[in-house]
Amino acid sequence: MEKITVKAVLENLQTVIDFATEHLEARDCSMKVVMQTELVIAEVFVNIASYAYNPEIGPATFCMEFEENPSAVLMTFIDGGRPYDPLKQTDPDTTLDIDEREIGGLGIFLVKKNVDEISYEYADGKNILRMKKFF
Amino acid sequence: MEIQKEQNGNALTIKVIGRLDAGSAPELSKELTTALDGVEDLTFDFAELKYIASAGLRVLLVAQKRMNKQGSMKLINVSEAVMEVLDMTGFASLMTIA
Repeated sequence: MEKITVKAVLENLQTVIDFATEHLEARDCSMKVVMQTELVIAEVFVNIASYAYNPEIGPATFCMEFEENPSAVLMTFIDGGRPYDPLKQTDPDTTLDIDEREIGGLGIFLVKKNVDEISYEYADGKNILRMKKFF
Repeated sequence: MEIQKEQNGNALTIKVIGRLDAGSAPELSKELTTALDGVEDLTFDFAELKYIASAGLRVLLVAQKRMNKQGSMKLINVSEAVMEVLDMTGFASLMTIA
């Protein structure tokens, strides 16, 4: 398992993305899978950085595991911030016209759309978000 | 992310290079606050945009709302990956994609 723990601040987003990209590219993932995964990581990490510990700062851990036949990447985000189940958020209505569109709720929606499986658990005082993506 | 601007009278082309996510969106947002003054024809050139995250979509939505009042806005050279995100979120139907 590949694992990285950083302070959950926006400035560390690039570090986590670079970490993930390196491991995905080492396994010959397509450009498309790499970009979709980067997008997923960006959305989840930014949520943790913005809300989990706010106004304090705390750590976030990101883990990656790879499966074969079929090829898949399992990604887990863990933070010790306030309990928050992102899967409870309602999906935005993507059919509304421009004046009715709300400026929020798109992040977790994009995460759900870009992974194949997603689950949330709060255990031992930690938020654990697990995602699986086939490639 | 890098931003390149090309102004031609009241037409402005903004080229966004790299990733447009929560790390970089505030910079673009700040840039647009003043750059759009007097602009009637706004073009975003996404030829070198690697991906767009929700924070980037929000900036586009704000820009589109503003341009609806003062002119027009279009997106050009949209890659397959970025187009997918625009489609998924319904943004493709809110914007002109050339």
